[in-house]
Amino acid sequence: MNDADKPLPTAAARIAGKLRDARILAPGETRNLLVAVLIFVAAAGVPFVANGYALTLAISIAMYAGLSTSWLLFSGPTNYIALSTAAFFGIGMYTVAGGIGIVPYPVLILAAAVAGAALAFVVGLATLRVSGVYFVIFTLGLAELVRQIMTWLQHVLGTMSGVYVLIDRSEPMYYWQLLLVAAAVYLVGWWIGRSRLGFALRIIGNDEVVAVHCGINTARAKVILFVISSTFAAITGALIAPRWSYVEPGVAFSPALSFQVVIMALLGGTQRLWGPLLGVIPFVLLWELIAIEVPSQTTLLLGVSFLLIVYVIPDGVTGLVENALHRRGAVAGSPLLKRSLAGSGSILRASVRRSSDRVAGSVRDLMRRWKSYNA
Amino acid sequence: MDIIIIGLLLGGTYALMAIGLQLQYGVARIMNLANGEILIAGAFSTYWFYVGTKASPLFALFLVVPAAFAVNWAIYRVLILPLVRRAKSQGKLDVDNILATFGLSFVLVAFLLAVFGGEYLDYSYLDRPVFILGERYGLNRMVAFLAAVVLCLGLYLWLHKTRAGLALRAVSVNPSAASLVSINVARASALAFALGGAVTAAGGALLSMFLTFDASLGVVFTLKALVIVILGGVGDMRGTIVAAFVLGLAETAVATLIDPGLTLAAAYILFMIVLLVRPEGLFGRRTA
Repeated sequence: MNDADKPLPTAAARIAGKLRDARILAPGETRNLLVAVLIFVAAAGVPFVANGYALTLAISIAMYAGLSTSWLLFSGPTNYIALSTAAFFGIGMYTVAGGIGIVPYPVLILAAAVAGAALAFVVGLATLRVSGVYFVIFTLGLAELVRQIMTWLQHVLGTMSGVYVLIDRSEPMYYWQLLLVAAAVYLVGWWIGRSRLGFALRIIGNDEVVAVHCGINTARAKVILFVISSTFAAITGALIAPRWSYVEPGVAFSPALSFQVVIMALLGGTQRLWGPLLGVIPFVLLWELIAIEVPSQTTLLLGVSFLLIVYVIPDGVTGLVENALHRRGAVAGSPLLKRSLAGSGSILRASVRRSSDRVAGSVRDLMRRWKSYNA
Repeated sequence: MDIIIIGLLLGGTYALMAIGLQLQYGVARIMNLANGEILIAGAFSTYWFYVGTKASPLFALFLVVPAAFAVNWAIYRVLILPLVRRAKSQGKLDVDNILATFGLSFVLVAFLLAVFGGEYLDYSYLDRPVFILGERYGLNRMVAFLAAVVLCLGLYLWLHKTRAGLALRAVSVNPSAASLVSINVARASALAFALGGAVTAAGGALLSMFLTFDASLGVVFTLKALVIVILGGVGDMRGTIVAAFVLGLAETAVATLIDPGLTLAAAYILFMIVLLVRPEGLFGRRTA
């Protein structure tokens, strides 16, 4: 009897057992991994049941899930708010637009990734060595900066302001591509979370001075993560370009994209890798609704969302859920760091109690001796 | 030659708006990303005033400045103070501030769009040429520049010669030490924030005399003011003024010699150079 004949749960349990025996994954992680794979498989099936408008929404959700989770990879642990997604998205789009018809499309996607990474490296090198505020400001204008340069270049080169990207792709294909990118983001994020780099970033986010004193090269860690995060945005832009078919600076570098991505991630919660997903789905639906019903009020929606996030749900939806769990006494949801801190706290308290007991005991002992001595 | 003069004239007006942000960031320690929208609101109000009364836009300052002071004071009390109180560290406060004022800027843009509409607005005031060294320049630019100089001088004297100004400068250097010498830091911060907003709005009123505006331009001015403040050094008014002239000149040079569409790119290249070469700014003190 082989694995295929067994009922699914037994087979899954066996795989989990093997992974555990190989000491790659902790038991909880195996479960999470299996859940993630199941969700991914279920998500991949969406184009078979949805079409038309529903599939368009699914494509948006897949795209924003990838974008805001990749945003989270860098900005989540470090608290450096990057407002530059649109710049890298646009770079990816323009790399495809510039080379289409000359170079094969898959090569262009690779080129887009390289271009995005290179820009992120330069920007990161300049801004990530100094205070976080400067980084936020710089990324805020980055999309506009690249847009101005692109417009100017096209003007100088004498080409049209827009470029046609005509590749035949079906809607489900776009969806699967974006889903794959999102899955890759999750895998990379999961791997970073377990690595020394991820640990270093969490320390940087908690206290950068402490991180420096621990011997962490903070600038290097931040630049690496910023490059990874931005590369995903560039790849997403390259994948979406043919769907828009006409690429033009004003659209490719539309700053609203950066803000939407940040809102979705913060709304979902930045403490968990899957947090942004909880923000992406409701916000994409809400955005669609507003954009169709009252298109002039999308700016107001952005503003109100930011204010609500800061004043009402600073920890996002995952924060709300975890707080609720905590109140019910379940410890299961607490972040690792908090747990270990709480753990070290109780150990400390216990040892203090023990040593104070010992002191009290020896004082009692001395008193007794003193009394017997006097007597 | 005309690049230098136009650049200087523009720089003088930029100085005013950047000093507003300098007060908010340098003294109150609030990174206010809604600063540009306050500037646009000042410009729009001046437009209204001029179209409505046909009186000199300079008189609009008497309305715009107190109104902006009151609005910014309210913003500080209602929006910023709760964040200051709940913040565990300056880093966390910065993140909260940036997100909150960013949200505020979008709400303000939506508000301005609703009230003034989405078109570009401008009016012609003193659209007469003056001649300097044989070249012609708009009289409105000259008047705006002179008004900016007067306001800057007044502010400088107030900061350096009065007790209240001294208190603000003390808070800018070290808030906790300032509170040790019985300066009410919370009050001083609120005052600096409100005053900063008022100065920025005055800058908007003056810029409206020779630039064309629309509701979505605020963020561009926020970025320019930020670049100026960082270039000059946080907490230093002289630096801000010098940096404003540098940016005015650089922008005018790029716009005339290369392409008018690249003004923000010029500001950003300056920004990048400062971050790479001298992150504390021209006049800033190096910290840690």
